[in-house]
Amino acid sequence: MKSKTLNIAISGLNNVDSPGPGIPVIRGLRESNKFHSRIIGLAYENLEPGPYMHEFVDKTYKVPYPSEGVESLMDRIKYIHSRERIHVLIPNFDSEIFVFIKLADRLREMGILTFLPTLHQFEERHKSNLPAFGKKHGIKVPDSYPVTSASEIFDLKKDQKVDYPLVIKGIFYDAFIAGNSEQAAIYFNKISAKWGLPVVVQEFVKGTEVNVVALGDGTGKTIGAVPMRKQYITDKGKAWGGITLDDPGMIDYTQKLISSTKWRGGMELELIRTTDNELYLIEINPRLPAWVYLAVAAGQNLPEAMIQLATGETVKPFNEFAIGKMFIRYSFDMICNLDEFQQLSTTGEL
Amino acid sequence: MNIKKSLAISDTGFVFDPSTGDSYTLNPTALEIIQLLKQNHSPEQITQVITKKYDVDESTFERYFYDFTGMLKQMQLVAPDEK
Repeated sequence: MKSKTLNIAISGLNNVDSPGPGIPVIRGLRESNKFHSRIIGLAYENLEPGPYMHEFVDKTYKVPYPSEGVESLMDRIKYIHSRERIHVLIPNFDSEIFVFIKLADRLREMGILTFLPTLHQFEERHKSNLPAFGKKHGIKVPDSYPVTSASEIFDLKKDQKVDYPLVIKGIFYDAFIAGNSEQAAIYFNKISAKWGLPVVVQEFVKGTEVNVVALGDGTGKTIGAVPMRKQYITDKGKAWGGITLDDPGMIDYTQKLISSTKWRGGMELELIRTTDNELYLIEINPRLPAWVYLAVAAGQNLPEAMIQLATGETVKPFNEFAIGKMFIRYSFDMICNLDEFQQLSTTGEL
Repeated sequence: MNIKKSLAISDTGFVFDPSTGDSYTLNPTALEIIQLLKQNHSPEQITQVITKKYDVDESTFERYFYDFTGMLKQMQLVAPDEK
């Protein structure tokens, strides 16, 4: 029974070819039978579609990019909080998670709850720290090296630490497979120009990419986990279609990882299953992914559970989900009125 | 040969492997054969059933049958100990 209304601030409202998780998270919250939610959208751009999707977002405020400084972001949140009395805030972009982890204590003092990984958890799972992370938690990971120049990639090859093909990855987003030194240099320049340094050079592991969306309660317990295989992948590597799998090995893997790291919050595991049936951890994204609604539809409302954990409720772990549940993403031309665009552009609110 | 127990096979010939998420479509003959395999019929028994029912001689059928089962193995649709 829904007994209360929570004001929940959510970012990641872009829903383009590389969609943010904001709208899918909101869809889960809207389907909650534990609480009503008033959704406060936090938008970085005027043309993010979320602010115009009034069935999902009740009110939107523009916020400054974290790169513009923590204090200006904090000032804006203080203002929004004075108007909306935010109960819980869910940041959904990789690039803002670090800032909100840093701000979590100050937000709590203001009465705004979050449910994020600790700074230590966030730092140790960084792409550039993956080998040490794998060693510590006893899991297989591909060799990874952070580099700050293309010549370092050539040195790694010369020292026989890596061989082509290898994967060139941005610190937050983007990954390309380089088959030779020319391609490696091109991708290094492309990624460093967009996402900065370091760029991560990773051993290429051949196999099938599989993913898990999961939620850890911070004590080592897995509240929920749903494995998925991408069935249709865009040129940006994003899942445009996917299906839930009956794979106890992946669930077991996730539970062991969460137990070992005592992970707090949502996560997406990117794994490669080799032909020898071994799982290699490629990446841990420290937030719920854009395909999280598949988990909701399969019976695990992880966004709802995350809010319950943030508000201090005890949440019973999910122990099942529907196997063979699919999602197929689509794009949709939303018709918007100029006055709404004008309002968001000029007042920063909609 | 044991077909993976977890495989979901519909009457229309749609096969879903829940462990990999892969799906396949069978033609009616393949569906008939895979159902016989699922019922633990031996290759000899299957040959007998099919050659009796259809206009095909034993050696021709066997050639196609082993080609088909080879494909099932390659697609990892048989139980692991049968690989």
